[in-house]
Amino acid sequence: MEELCTGLCSILVESGAEAGLALFLSLLVGVLLVSGVPLITVILLIWIERKVAARIQDRIGPNRVGPVGLLQTIADMIKLLSKEDITPTAADRILYNAAPLVSFASVVLLWAVIPFTPFHYGVDLEIGALYFVAIASFGTLAIMAAGWASNNKYALLGAFRVVALLVSYEVPLVFALLVPVLLAGSMSLVDIVNAQNGMWFVVLSPLAFVIFYISSQAETGRAPFDLIEAESELVAGFNIEYSGMKFGMFFAAEFLHVFTNGIIMAILFFGGWMGPLYYESPLIAFVWLGAKGGLIYLTTLWLRNTVPRLRIDQIMAFNWKFLVPLSIANLIVVSFVLKALQELELAPRDLLNAGFGELLPTTAILLLFNGAMIFYLLGILRKRGREARRESQAARAEFAQTAHVGGH
Amino acid sequence: MELNAISIGFVVFTVFTLGGALGVVATRNLFQGTIWLMVSLFGVAGYFVLLSAPFLAAVQILVYIGAIAILITFAVMLTRSIALIKARYIRTLPNFIASLTLFLILLLGVTIPIFGPHSPESIPEYVASTRDLGAALVDENGYVLPFLLASVLLTAAMIGAIFIARDETT
Repeated sequence: MEELCTGLCSILVESGAEAGLALFLSLLVGVLLVSGVPLITVILLIWIERKVAARIQDRIGPNRVGPVGLLQTIADMIKLLSKEDITPTAADRILYNAAPLVSFASVVLLWAVIPFTPFHYGVDLEIGALYFVAIASFGTLAIMAAGWASNNKYALLGAFRVVALLVSYEVPLVFALLVPVLLAGSMSLVDIVNAQNGMWFVVLSPLAFVIFYISSQAETGRAPFDLIEAESELVAGFNIEYSGMKFGMFFAAEFLHVFTNGIIMAILFFGGWMGPLYYESPLIAFVWLGAKGGLIYLTTLWLRNTVPRLRIDQIMAFNWKFLVPLSIANLIVVSFVLKALQELELAPRDLLNAGFGELLPTTAILLLFNGAMIFYLLGILRKRGREARRESQAARAEFAQTAHVGGH
Repeated sequence: MELNAISIGFVVFTVFTLGGALGVVATRNLFQGTIWLMVSLFGVAGYFVLLSAPFLAAVQILVYIGAIAILITFAVMLTRSIALIKARYIRTLPNFIASLTLFLILLLGVTIPIFGPHSPESIPEYVASTRDLGAALVDENGYVLPFLLASVLLTAAMIGAIFIARDETT
């Protein structure tokens, strides 16, 4: 009890509060802060996303409510809240109403383990990385429940496709996630950040980062993996029957999930709050994390707004025949090379306390192996692409010929 | 039993586990049944947290709720009538005897050690970390044989599944 009671709690105790109550209050404030950050962020995120999408599509985007349209989201929220809250008569009432809550909670809960600064985090779980994966699976559950409880065929079809997509892409995601865990020798996100003091993990294994990036884009259901919504095929997908703020919660959960993934990637591969002068003040560390996460977030928006949707069979084939074998191979290569280097005394046993200089040989060799893998992969992809192109050209030529003959 | 955070947590997770299990057998709606199953499995994950085994708790949620229960939902959604199941098992007596026997065996198995020579052990001071768990799994004096056997079994199951699902023509 004593060592738990620091900061706000000790101030409360000094001012005469009961120890148990003070601890409870300070923990409550902590919980409110950690869950409040994402809730506030999402309001801003929706505005950013709409602005970025508008610019990419050569529009201006929201610009009427408030300065440069900043208050647009608030206005939308009021609109959503004041809308009629419809529950279809044939819906499963409890599940239908619980699904948006679970969906949003599954994203907010992730923020509990995110280390904002060296000293500020919700909780430093020993199993942080695993917690991230476990909590994310609640999102899948929410979508499934929403799709079924709506009692609508489009919703059900949407849910089917989503779950197939999410469950499949979880496999390469976890394998890619294992690489930073392996390098840091710990699943705690705080330790993973600390282990990148010498070198960011993205340099040690860029391939793992790329796999993680692609799979997390799929996990959030963003283009080119936006089967979840597929407006042109499924009307709106699993959330077709939802209206008002219940729809708003699914919507907000998706936006927040994308940004959260950006932050997670910054933590796993880009050194989290590491950056020049981060030790001077927690605020600088926080800004570094936000900047890195935000930058990754912007690239996902860019990707979302520029690429078309893939067919479901293409997405599945890409995952199971390309990403999964690749992620497994990458994990094996990284772990094997790292262990070999440690046996040869070229790499430090413990990356947590290793400096930049110590890590240089490890980095160079790991990077070399990763580069070789990427080079080989690009070769395969080029060959496959060429074959596919040749086939489609041949098919087109044949079609043109038959059409010509048929015409006369 | 003193009232502290752990005992409150124990009560809450027991309600989750047993209530969920009751829901699974009581509901006549298959989809709701799987949701109840998830509630029950979630309660079990809570027990792992109370027993200072966060790794097992996370794995419980990841594997049982995230993968197995989702797969069950998938299978349930593909069956014809989810909501209104008319069929009933009519052989009540054998079922009753079988479940009663099982319940009694479990009850005795759980309660006898409490009254036996072994008094209930208090939670040891040293809490094994995830690192210890990982080391034990690959330690030759630990669980390396069961671990490898389980791996082989799962791989065989996966290959079997692929073989069965494969299209004959290709």
